[in-house]
Amino acid sequence: MTTTASPPDAPRPEEQAQHLKPEEVSRRRFLFKLSIAVNSIVGAVFAVPILGYLLGPAMKKQRETEFWVGLGPVDQFPEGETRLATFRDPSTTPSDGQTGDLPCWVRRISGNQFQVFAINCAHLGCPVRWFAQSKLFMCPCHGGAYYQDGSRASGPPERGLFEYAYRIEANNLIISVGDLPTIARPGTKQAGTCPGATKPAANAPLVQLGQVGDPVDKGGANQWPA
Amino acid sequence: MASLKQGVIGIYNWLEHRLGLGEAAVEAGSHHVPVKSASWWYVFGSAATILLGLQVVTGILLALVYSPSAAEAWKTLHFLNNDIALGWFLRSIHGWGSDFMVAVVLIHLCQVFLFGAYKFPRELTWIIGVFLLLMTLGMAFTGQVLRFDQDAYWGLGIGASILSRIPLIGGPAVNLMLGGPILGGATLSRFFALHVFVIPGILLGCVGLHVWMVLRLGINEWPMPGRIVRKATYEREYHESTSKAGIPFVPDGAWKDGFFAAVIILAVVACALYFGPFGPTGQPDPRIIETAPKPDFFFLWIYAVLAYLPPSIETPFMFIVPVLVIGAMLLLPLVFGEGEKHWSRRPVAVLMLTVIAVSLGIFTRLGTYTPWSPIMNAWTSDAIPVRYLHELTPLERQGALVFQNKQCRNCHALGDEGGLRGPALDNVAVHMTYDQMVRQVVQGGGNMPAYGNALSANETTALVGFLSTLNGSDQHPAVDASRSLTGTSELKPPTASPQSGQPQ
Repeated sequence: MTTTASPPDAPRPEEQAQHLKPEEVSRRRFLFKLSIAVNSIVGAVFAVPILGYLLGPAMKKQRETEFWVGLGPVDQFPEGETRLATFRDPSTTPSDGQTGDLPCWVRRISGNQFQVFAINCAHLGCPVRWFAQSKLFMCPCHGGAYYQDGSRASGPPERGLFEYAYRIEANNLIISVGDLPTIARPGTKQAGTCPGATKPAANAPLVQLGQVGDPVDKGGANQWPA
Repeated sequence: MASLKQGVIGIYNWLEHRLGLGEAAVEAGSHHVPVKSASWWYVFGSAATILLGLQVVTGILLALVYSPSAAEAWKTLHFLNNDIALGWFLRSIHGWGSDFMVAVVLIHLCQVFLFGAYKFPRELTWIIGVFLLLMTLGMAFTGQVLRFDQDAYWGLGIGASILSRIPLIGGPAVNLMLGGPILGGATLSRFFALHVFVIPGILLGCVGLHVWMVLRLGINEWPMPGRIVRKATYEREYHESTSKAGIPFVPDGAWKDGFFAAVIILAVVACALYFGPFGPTGQPDPRIIETAPKPDFFFLWIYAVLAYLPPSIETPFMFIVPVLVIGAMLLLPLVFGEGEKHWSRRPVAVLMLTVIAVSLGIFTRLGTYTPWSPIMNAWTSDAIPVRYLHELTPLERQGALVFQNKQCRNCHALGDEGGLRGPALDNVAVHMTYDQMVRQVVQGGGNMPAYGNALSANETTALVGFLSTLNGSDQHPAVDASRSLTGTSELKPPTASPQSGQPQ
């Protein structure tokens, strides 16, 4: 501004010079710093609910998301077979659509002895498929394979299939489901709570070796089928 | 006519008096660049920016119809493809634009690396460029998720499974990513927010910084062997040479960027018209397990690496190697900020880039045909070649049936058909003896499961009987060298044993 006539309330030149020296306007400088401090506090207070909102899903305890859900009458699972069953996830919301319908593999060992496996491969979560003829679960993604009792057979998985805890109520098979089964939350079955878990040896692949190998040992020494 | 021109100039002047942007823009555009830098090699950065603009525009247009709800997304993609006029074309351009953008950003990265452009004073330009690359890849991944089909659903599952391996906080990290206990509506919503608001916002801000620094520091000069970058002298030398022998970027250098931008947009349009939109594949229903999920092209190499890592080092590898690689890229300009720029004087840099590019290429190629995956329907779709069944005994033919019925074909090829997970068995009898095959079938080993529980003794005998006939083009079958000795006694001198020769 290069006006020649100063307005009546304009500061005198010496006043203006005084105001431009920082140490002599400590009240304004103080109030500016105070305004920054006030906004920092407001920001910090406001950050609490925002972080709470953002981290909400991560804060839930594993137990809070576990529910029992029915898979139907026990009779629909023939003894000695493994079948695909599906359930509507209990924690589902309307916007989930089909993604709330989850599959699992149900193996009825005998009587009321079951194993319920998560569909997700223990390697990276792809859907494993059951092959009844070779008694193997195979994963289409990276070639993981599991035996019928869910134990690791080959490929990149470092462990067996994830299992859900189950119980039988009024002749219905009920399983406990919760978080997406991963290495960190490996299904709801705790070791030892399931009847099948205490004696895995019955299904381990090497136990029957002698039995299967016997005829071969007898005849193998002198036969080369042409 | 003259009055119209006067009017336009008047409006411009009115705006310019208030905005004051025109003068700054002219000044920025006409800054001098080294004459050799106005090269076709220097067009990839501007091309990436143009593609980003294309993605923003087409993305907004798609968002007019797309519904980011797990219950609706897949249906709205089909609605876009089939029911909205030119909806398929917009989806196609957005999909191909994404692939082109990743490719152009990668080419741009290789070019500035080979030309030593990351050296003083452009270190921060490179560092922000590394973040731009990561965000471009982040956009590609989140974009694949918004194409909410089977691949997206199980791809998210793979992402969650990787996160779950983080020590201590794996479980909460998964739930944070999914937005709840399972993969569903909340998951898609947050990936929508990432893809549409969060990443593009940061991306555009960083592009602004990146371009600002290019203008402020000047474009990298054409490297010459022996011309060494020194912090003390570089900037003075650069400005002397550009002010003496430079040309104004607009218009003398920018016409190449202009033409290349047109070419790249036309290439995207051509691919979009010719190949059409990507998917969506099957609906995202986890109950449909007859699926072999696969990531998009630029993530195939990760998919392949995850298949080949041994289980014992996989988790550390997943979390340590990316940190090292990104850390090395960020530190590169700070550690090697001076010295030679020309590629002929930087053999290690050229070798590294070549090795990385070839490795990524090989893993991507492997990812396209996934030799590590069993072919789930090979046992019912790929028949045993008839020539392998000639002149077999009934037992051996039964073995061929066992071979088919027990899904051996899913992993083992015969006559070039079948899975590649295990070795092809066309001449297995040449390098394994009968007993070795029995042991391998029953007990498994290597990458093969044990079939002791899945095969009866008779089935094993028949199966190995069949396998014993697979000796390629009538090569000599493998025999156990000690077998002829088992029937001999130390008291008698060894004689020619009936088992030592050809099988009957």
